[in-house]
Amino acid sequence: MKRQMLLAAGLALAATSLQADVVAPDDVTMSEYGEVFESLSGEPGDPARGAEIFVSRAQGNCLACHAVTSLADQPWHGEVGPLLDGVATRWEEPALRGLLVNADMIYPDSIMPSFYKVSGFIRPGDAFTSQPAPADLQPMLSAQQIEDVVAFLMTLTDY
Amino acid sequence: LAAGVGLADIRTGDSLVINGEIEIITETAPPEHLAGVFNTIYSGWVFRTDETRAMQADDFDNPGMLYVEQGIEAFNTAMGTEGNSCASCHENPESLADVRSTYPQWDEAHGEVQTVEMQVLECQTERMGVAEPYGYDSQQMRNMVALIASVGRGQLVNVAMDGPASEAWELGREIYYTQYGQMELSCAQCHENNYGNLIRADHLSQGQINGFPTYRLKNANIVSVHGRFRGCIRDTRGEPYAIGSPEFVALELYVASRGNGLTVEGPAVRN
Ligand code: HEC
Ligand code: HEC
Ligand code: HEC
Repeated sequence: MKRQMLLAAGLALAATSLQADVVAPDDVTMSEYGEVFESLSGEPGDPARGAEIFVSRAQGNCLACHAVTSLADQPWHGEVGPLLDGVATRWEEPALRGLLVNADMIYPDSIMPSFYKVSGFIRPGDAFTSQPAPADLQPMLSAQQIEDVVAFLMTLTDY
Repeated sequence: LAAGVGLADIRTGDSLVINGEIEIITETAPPEHLAGVFNTIYSGWVFRTDETRAMQADDFDNPGMLYVEQGIEAFNTAMGTEGNSCASCHENPESLADVRSTYPQWDEAHGEVQTVEMQVLECQTERMGVAEPYGYDSQQMRNMVALIASVGRGQLVNVAMDGPASEAWELGREIYYTQYGQMELSCAQCHENNYGNLIRADHLSQGQINGFPTYRLKNANIVSVHGRFRGCIRDTRGEPYAIGSPEFVALELYVASRGNGLTVEGPAVRN
């Protein structure tokens, strides 16, 4: 038991040192207009991975609410949020990052969830298990996943 | 009115007549307390596909009616130490035709708002001597509640929200507008501000409960009101209230009152 705990502690340490440049959800600096200028992971985003996260029901599930013409091969685009075609011409990268971190800063009371937030919820659950959230609740998307999705959004320059 | 309402793909104006005789009101003027929120209230039936809609028009095509059959059998079966069946006191299910449209309802003797399920449990435990009453969300309870709904089909939903029920009603309203879970979503954000819009593959309805218990094609079974509430809060990455909890009873009363003016259509068919 003790050995296992030591092992776990060692792994946790390794994980943190690997993510030295990651900005934790509670440490994100946001401008008064809701922009986040710094990369959350310190690494560039990968637009292809970002598209997968955007579509995946278990990850971003952005497609549940937004339609995107470049993802027309995917079934079921939602209508709750605006069509995201050309979104990179409407917003700069820091604003898109900020929207994913906490959409309420740009659109007060937005139905759009905050994907990089870990506290301030009412009856948060442990994902979709109906069980209460664990003490170390993770954000819905990791720092790198946010960067990947932002990189994907930046490809949406066409209307 | 409410922003973002997308009825473009929804065919409104159709009517539903079950078995060629039970007239269902699927759209009508909102109750007074929702004036300014909705122009029209709609049954969930309006938002479903032609195939799903059609299944509800004939009891032979409605898989929910199989559960009603099981409810009838249980209704006529003796249970508990007193040796009574439901029929010993309530001659036939039709004698309970006014129940679904008026519940949840204040119960003076217990000093609380009761759902149909709570009323069935009251009869089992206080009048029949049933040692192991139905679980609140058990198959047997859902069958019995489906039976009680089915005999009330076509009746105008008319739950009382004033007087002693007002406290629970206010609590229910507060819950309806609270943003739950890690996604911070309220019932209203989906069912009031976005009905008609697609959320992934589903057309959001107004979240009415006049069709409960509903037969869900996805579950191949009937689903209770609290079961559905639980699923919706779970889907916000939230921790739902317990089935049968005072919070869900209050929410049920409030949501039922948003449908005052529609008609009972349980067991409805939904996807
Ligand atoms: C539950 C619905 C919902 C989900 C899920 C959702 N959004 Fe949104 N999003 C909205 C709405 C609604 C708006 C418009 C702002 C408003 O009205 O609050 C919006 C706005 C946006 C905008 C700004 C668009 C513009 O033209 O101004 C971007 C970019 C965006 N969302 C990206 C995403 C991404 C990426 C994800 C997933 C990681 C996502 N959204 C998930 C509902 C959602
Ligand atoms: C993320 C969006 C979302 C939220 C938040 C949400 N629901 Fe739903 N709800 C749905 C979807 C999707 C369905 C299935 C399609 C439909 O009937 O609207 C549904 C279905 C329902 C139904 C079944 C309607 C019928 O006719 O069968 C009821 C009742 C309901 N919701 C009530 C609620 C209540 C009460 C809350 C708040 C506790 C809530 N919902 C929160 C998305 C949501
Ligand atoms: C021994 C007699 C008795 C038996 C057996 C009995 N009930 Fe009742 N039931 C009553 C009485 C008396 C009331 C009225 C109580 C009240 O007003 O609170 C009632 C009320 C009800 C109501 C509410 C009626 C209304 O108009 O509000 C329902 C629903 C109901 N019973 C269902 C059942 C079911 C289902 C069973 C079998 C599982 C059952 N009852 C068995 C005596 C009985």
